Amino acid sequence: MAETPAASADSVGGDGETRRDFLYIATGAVGTVGVLAAMWPLIHQMNPSKAVLALASTEVDLSGIEEGESVTVVWRGKPVFVRHRTAEEIAAAVDVDLADLPDPQADAERAEKPEWLILVGICTHLGCVPIGNQGDFAGGWFCPCHGSHYDSSGRIRIGPAPVNLEVPDYVYLDETTVRIG
Amino acid sequence: MSNDSVGKRVVQWFDHRLPLVTFVNHSLVEYPAPRNLSYWWTFGSLAGIVLVLQIVTGIVLAMHYTPHVDMAFVSVERIMRDVNYGWLIRYMHANGGSAFFAVVYIHIYRGLYYGSYKDPREVLWWMGLIILILMMMNAFTGYVLPWGQMSFWAATVITNLFSAIPLVGDSIVTWLWGGYAVGNPALNRFYSLHYLLPFLLVAVVFLHLWALHTFGSNNPLGIDAKGPQDQIPFHPYYTVKDLFGLGVLMIVLLAFVFFAPNFLGHPDNYIPANPLVTPAHIVPEWYFLPFYAILRSVPDKLLGVVLMFGSLAVPFLLPWLDTSKVRSATFRPIYKQVFWFLVVDGIVLGWCGSQPPEGIALILARISTAYYFLHFLVLMPLIGMIEKPRPLPTSIAEPVLKGGDAAATAPTRGRS
Repeated sequence: MAETPAASADSVGGDGETRRDFLYIATGAVGTVGVLAAMWPLIHQMNPSKAVLALASTEVDLSGIEEGESVTVVWRGKPVFVRHRTAEEIAAAVDVDLADLPDPQADAERAEKPEWLILVGICTHLGCVPIGNQGDFAGGWFCPCHGSHYDSSGRIRIGPAPVNLEVPDYVYLDETTVRIG
Repeated sequence: MSNDSVGKRVVQWFDHRLPLVTFVNHSLVEYPAPRNLSYWWTFGSLAGIVLVLQIVTGIVLAMHYTPHVDMAFVSVERIMRDVNYGWLIRYMHANGGSAFFAVVYIHIYRGLYYGSYKDPREVLWWMGLIILILMMMNAFTGYVLPWGQMSFWAATVITNLFSAIPLVGDSIVTWLWGGYAVGNPALNRFYSLHYLLPFLLVAVVFLHLWALHTFGSNNPLGIDAKGPQDQIPFHPYYTVKDLFGLGVLMIVLLAFVFFAPNFLGHPDNYIPANPLVTPAHIVPEWYFLPFYAILRSVPDKLLGVVLMFGSLAVPFLLPWLDTSKVRSATFRPIYKQVFWFLVVDGIVLGWCGSQPPEGIALILARISTAYYFLHFLVLMPLIGMIEKPRPLPTSIAEPVLKGGDAAATAPTRGRS
């Protein structure tokens, strides 16, 4: 910009140089702030609206889920696995040396009540939905996309996924109802 | 210092292979513009900026809009109520359309006053008229999308214009609709075209600028620049001038957006489209009113449509209808007055278009429609022949320098 004939032309005059530099910077600064402020609505419109955010929790009735069964519910557009674990599955999940795990976490931290395991059913590798009761670990999950094996606590054991299946925030509203989110 | 030279060498390396920097420099920085351009010349760049604004807000709206008869109206209401800043973006887009026409109409009248359509700028003028026609198609297709009562009936009335064509008219209208009436197929194709046309518009704007930069801008004196003493670089002189014009435009546009966003619209368009009931008084948006008045002033269907499209076609011939060799109306004592009659004629036609077609409004519409064509087809050739123009200055710099205004001479001194 400083190379343009216009700018060099004015520096010939000498007296106008400082004033013009100030005006350039002031104009540029005000313009930049203005453009950035104007861009915010254009960017923010792509964020979820309040109407979408208001649908952020899902309630699940646990009374119909038998031991050993699992249901998939939709929470924020994503699958959530709700599994009624058997005693053997719980035992297998507890009886693990944490040092062997890629992402060490005790089973007690992942299930508030041991018989109910609630997981976001999305592989932490690249977002596919793992299949239940498959893979190398009994009562675990296997992701068919890139071969990640999860155990009966939803922890990554073998494969490319970096961390365990996510446990969403949830609260038990009463004995048979849980609210996810 | 070393940083500068590295950056400069990278730019030079790139520019040697794709002379983008040179191009921008030539057309927006060094570009020699007549030194006497008034604020009437700012409206061209304002129109360009509004076009960009429309495309940006339009792409955003398209992210939230659903082109289906059952969902279009609701999706627009969702934009207004739920989408973050959706109200702002939609009101910007709706009022931006009006701003676009306002700016372009002033730009066109500027061209009419200063003879900007004359040799060697005829093709530049044509490109401008094509831009206007594309804008109209765009405004119309966009107006249909919210699928309110006015949207639906605008679509019905405008597409029915083509039914005036003898023999094949009805088939063409059915083809436009993709059905027996305006419905989902029509809404879908209007949406498709409304997204396409702006990009055609950008292409024609590019041609418009190409033609403009081939001979440079006309100027208030209407005489050619004869050398460097008549010209100043576009940057910073006209970039700053255009920036100030943009500031004023934004004050007006945002005043509408924030304080009277529906002032130019029609309340009926907040009623969902109903194919069984036509609103009692349907009028188009303000920028179509003069053309609407011409359409309604003729008691014959085909002739009304022909005259309406003719009013857009006749200006294409203006470079030859105007027989005067002098460009600027400043030096044309008769045309200078007749020009203002055309301005008034346009405003009167606009008012007539907003009124029900009866009584005084209909009579006035007929008179001003006749005058519109009289102006272009009779007065323009005639005045050029009988008028005796005032003497032209020998150069753009001459009248300025004679005034001895020190500030005005500063740029010339700087360039020498």
